[in-house]
Amino acid sequence: MDLFEYQAKQLFAAHGVPVGLGEVADTPEQAQAVAERIGGVTVVKAQVKAGGRGKAGGVKVAKTPAEAYEHAKAILGMDIKGHTVHRVLVDPGAQIEEEYYFSFLLDRSNRTFLAMASAEGGMEIEELAVERPEALARVPIDATVGVDLAKATEILRQANFPAEVIASTADTVVKLWETFVQQDATLVEINPLARVASGDVLALDGKVSLDENANFRQAGNEDLEDKDAADPLEAKAKAKHLNYVKLDGEVGIIGNGAGLVMSTLDVVAYAGEAHGGVKPANFLDIGGGASAEVMANGLDIILGDPSVKSVFVNVFGGITSCDAVANGIVTALGMLGAAATKPLVVRLDGNNVEEGRRILNDAAHPLVTQADTMDDGADKAAQLAHSAN
Amino acid sequence: MAIFLTADSKVIVQGMTGSEGMKHTRRMLASGTTVVGGVNPRKAGETVDVDGTNVPVFGTVADAIEKTGADVSVLFVPPPFTKAAMIEAIDAEIPLAVVITEGVPVHDSTEAWAYNVAKGSKTRIIGPNCPGLISPGLSNAGIIPANITGPGKIGLVSKSGTLTYQMMFELRDLGFSTAIGIGGDPVIGTTHIDALAAFEADPETAAIVMIGEIGGDAEERAAAYIAEHVTKPVVGYVAGFTAPEGKTMGHAGAIVSGSSGTAEAKKQALEAAGVQVGKTPSETARLMRQVLSA
Repeated sequence: MDLFEYQAKQLFAAHGVPVGLGEVADTPEQAQAVAERIGGVTVVKAQVKAGGRGKAGGVKVAKTPAEAYEHAKAILGMDIKGHTVHRVLVDPGAQIEEEYYFSFLLDRSNRTFLAMASAEGGMEIEELAVERPEALARVPIDATVGVDLAKATEILRQANFPAEVIASTADTVVKLWETFVQQDATLVEINPLARVASGDVLALDGKVSLDENANFRQAGNEDLEDKDAADPLEAKAKAKHLNYVKLDGEVGIIGNGAGLVMSTLDVVAYAGEAHGGVKPANFLDIGGGASAEVMANGLDIILGDPSVKSVFVNVFGGITSCDAVANGIVTALGMLGAAATKPLVVRLDGNNVEEGRRILNDAAHPLVTQADTMDDGADKAAQLAHSAN
Repeated sequence: MAIFLTADSKVIVQGMTGSEGMKHTRRMLASGTTVVGGVNPRKAGETVDVDGTNVPVFGTVADAIEKTGADVSVLFVPPPFTKAAMIEAIDAEIPLAVVITEGVPVHDSTEAWAYNVAKGSKTRIIGPNCPGLISPGLSNAGIIPANITGPGKIGLVSKSGTLTYQMMFELRDLGFSTAIGIGGDPVIGTTHIDALAAFEADPETAAIVMIGEIGGDAEERAAAYIAEHVTKPVVGYVAGFTAPEGKTMGHAGAIVSGSSGTAEAKKQALEAAGVQVGKTPSETARLMRQVLSA
């Protein structure tokens, strides 16, 4: 889960990382009021989970509260890389003397944590890594040891931070590490980490990604979720503990196992090429269980998506047996009754497949067609979606 | 022969007495696996009757190894306790620990991995969030159904469980030396490369199917390894060509961010290494048939 800048900086502040942080505003009036409270120069910043806000015109300096109002008015509602701005952060203006970069992240490839630091901050880190790789220190962190003041100092020296800021910044780095570990983050990034006129070194921006697998021990994560942005169908699916992602096609997909469902999306998209370019409407993994109730919940979500024209149920019975899945489909259609109106193509294979197919044959539901293979099922479902268009 | 898991493997189950642990212990025994014990400190000394087989419960992994000579542990321990169970297995220096649990925080798996490295990497970890591995006809450590296919000459390595089953099913008439699901998490103990190296060294494996998915750069790294070190034919498949950017597709590790982690990039890297890549599971199976009949 990625956080907004203001949430990231609030987390930093809670862990003692010095930040330049004002308040958020949802309207120009609120932005003006915040600017008045802060006094002096402020910065109005679009809160979107996308990079390149500055270039897109989403970050503006305001000399007066009236200017903060005007900037907020221009920025709110703006589209930045497909993200609509619903909220701005009004921060105190800072006289920046120097900009640095610092982050801790999970390095998947090397199965370790990594510190990245540079005395040349401000620019996008991807650009820095390409244009001036020698200016970016990359220091692996032993997960069993962590980061103390000595390690922090070593990283900052390696990144050529100026001697006069190393002592104070090392303390900030240790607190940033504590944020990373205690919040179960996969990324904590400060860019820029800035030395301001007072001599202080502050986080003027922040990026944080949290690991949702750790939600069981991170009670605060729920409050950080961006409930406004969630697609209503995704929100409904989440409430039913279904692993669902809304996509923009016409063929609803239900399968078991993340890999098989991803593969099903691809096979349907390929099949769609021959049927008017129809595409998958969603990702839905019903997991190993696939009880009647789970199947009914899944079908309910998918049939509630107005763009869905047909549904492809693709199940390989590994642990699950196909008769349970078939019973689930029949029961689900019974529960949904007249609410079920779209054709279903069902492909069952694996554990107890004969019994599963027999159950579907016996039920002879008018909406259900069976397919012998995954390719065949994808083709039938794409064809049905196309002819319904 | 097979890789990592053979007819001689002696398997213990951490978390055996839980519902998932018991269900799969039963299945492993039914498919011929030598399950020599379970581990649960609160039930140490008890014996569990699993469909007519008496399976002793030990208080610790170390005790189970001492009493039974176990060399494989399969972990069905809930996410809050998985790290501690992995550390226990590592401390006991069990040669193979197969972590089935889904939903382990990545800080925990990264710490357990670092701990294993610090202890001299005496334990091969598979997973977490994986279906385990099966050497058909010999042994089965995890949750892969044993009735899909039998022994044969194909080695299979995959991030995904159900795609493993699907591919075993597509090639069920040919059979497998070992099929191993390495897991879809961002940090896993055994990589595609580890499995490729083992299959390359295994005289009973004639060809390898490698199944990847979006996210990370494991497939690209595997491609570089194949180009350098693998002489056996490899056929590849990558899931997630149509996955949108920024959406996690079921597995915590399956996410396209920016231009990195796309299926197309992985396919290209594999093809550049001489690996034939199927667009679908069925096409991948056809490619494997061609390779084996060549």
